[in-house]
Amino acid sequence: MSEHVIAPPPTPEPSPVAGATDGELTGGWTGAVRRGAVRALPPDKLLPDTQPKYVASWIYVFGVLTLAAFLVVLGSGAVLALKGPAWWHGSAVGHYFNSLHLWSVELFMAFMVIHLWGKFFMAAWRGRRALTWITGAVSFLGSVGTAFTGYLVQQNFDSQWISTQAKDGLNSVGIGAYFNVTDFGQMLMWHIVLLPAVVGLIVVLHILMVRRRGVVPPIALRSAPAEPAERETATEEEAAR
Amino acid sequence: MTSHSPHAPHAEPDPYSFGSRPYDLVKEFTIALVAVLALTFALAAVFSSPDEKPMTIASWAKADPGDFTATALAELDGSSGTASYGPPYNTAADGQKLGPLALAKAAGVTHPIDAAQAFVLGPLAAAPQDPAVTSALSTYNAASADQQAKWTGAYSDALTKANDDPAKVTASDAFGPVPVLLGQLLQQAQTGSLDGALLSEGGFYQTDYTLPLLFLADGSDLAAQADAQHLSGDQWGMMNETGNFPGQAWLWLYTFWYQISPFNSSDNADALVWGTMAVLSLVFVFVPFIPGLRSIPRLVPVYRLIWRQHYRELQQ
Repeated sequence: MSEHVIAPPPTPEPSPVAGATDGELTGGWTGAVRRGAVRALPPDKLLPDTQPKYVASWIYVFGVLTLAAFLVVLGSGAVLALKGPAWWHGSAVGHYFNSLHLWSVELFMAFMVIHLWGKFFMAAWRGRRALTWITGAVSFLGSVGTAFTGYLVQQNFDSQWISTQAKDGLNSVGIGAYFNVTDFGQMLMWHIVLLPAVVGLIVVLHILMVRRRGVVPPIALRSAPAEPAERETATEEEAAR
Repeated sequence: MTSHSPHAPHAEPDPYSFGSRPYDLVKEFTIALVAVLALTFALAAVFSSPDEKPMTIASWAKADPGDFTATALAELDGSSGTASYGPPYNTAADGQKLGPLALAKAAGVTHPIDAAQAFVLGPLAAAPQDPAVTSALSTYNAASADQQAKWTGAYSDALTKANDDPAKVTASDAFGPVPVLLGQLLQQAQTGSLDGALLSEGGFYQTDYTLPLLFLADGSDLAAQADAQHLSGDQWGMMNETGNFPGQAWLWLYTFWYQISPFNSSDNADALVWGTMAVLSLVFVFVPFIPGLRSIPRLVPVYRLIWRQHYRELQQ
């Protein structure tokens, strides 16, 4: 007699997602977060392969150019961090990476400012998009702070002059008591850890908001009542959602 | 025309209700990344980046012993920028005010600096000295504040008459031990030991450059070199780096306020500018909720240019 036993066909394990039938919520907090995320940003909304027809201007390019420049800033900064803050003063390769970091920052800020003005003149906060504007504005201010701390940690004459001048403004409103621009160690930590983390997080939020709400439609012309109705702006309550 | 996502519960136009067209976001991002990388590599190769060597206490003391000595004297008699600064370094002043708000004073003295001790007496006491310097140090420390002020005042007058050149000051008993102390401090500075002494935080590793930077900033040479590099405030220096490289051009509005009245003549200029920029930053962030401001885009026809193709199609 053969020892082989014919096993019954395996019963497929219920998928945690498929297990949630209509009206049945499973998975605890994790399941709730997953369902909320998929509801807010289904894959075809998160990464669509179409765009509204009115997205047909060069001004739209500056958003993605800003994001691309941000990645180049992070990449060149990562190489400088890898070798330490003094490396670039005595190495030609290091100096070139410092130059890459400087110019990518200049491009990043230039692209972002153009993107920002473009969005202002589109009144891009209309239609429950206030939070998209706010995250964009805060990421601009955060980037200004990050760039500022970068100038402070260059360890050259510029750093000396900028820190000794900037201290007066910060001290005048009490910020300097806790944020000491003449403390190289503190500024280096802010520049390479805290501020990039905050700006990076806000940029991710900003992009998710753009994907969630979609690109703002054109401002309705007074002579074109056939266009879909639009509202001036979101309420604070809506923006918070 | 394709219609995608369902309408949100609130009445607002679905972007896709205007019609849609194929668009490859990933391809667009990849092209943008390659283009930005190429542009950055080219700009870095062509223009490089500035790296002007920092000024040291030693280079300053060697290049301009007169300015160094005058600055050290100001630290000793309490008339230097740092000695008379106020919070967060000391209580010599209340700090600036923003209207009725004394924010600097409220934040308090978080980086206490006794200028005479930190910049002059401390570094002298910490280094091995010959008997004449040790004796001068003891004499100065044992004297009353009034006596110290008489010595430093007399030496300050003499130094001013000698155009800040200590070598041209005629010796006098009225100066007490001050010339010996400052002469020795100048020697320590010129040999480079003062750079290390000011950086010492009581441990082996050091990261805080507050003392040497404040000492340099109290002198004239740092500002003179910055001025020569077009970095001064009245030169809109915040927007430049050394060697005519672009600086923080995005801070043009911040530095603009310093050029005009009442900011450029106020004792509270820094606090006023910071207060103004804080308000403007809040306005910028909350534009969507500010009536009038949020309507500007409708009044300025830039949007007609951006969406000209859409409006043209609409008219057709």
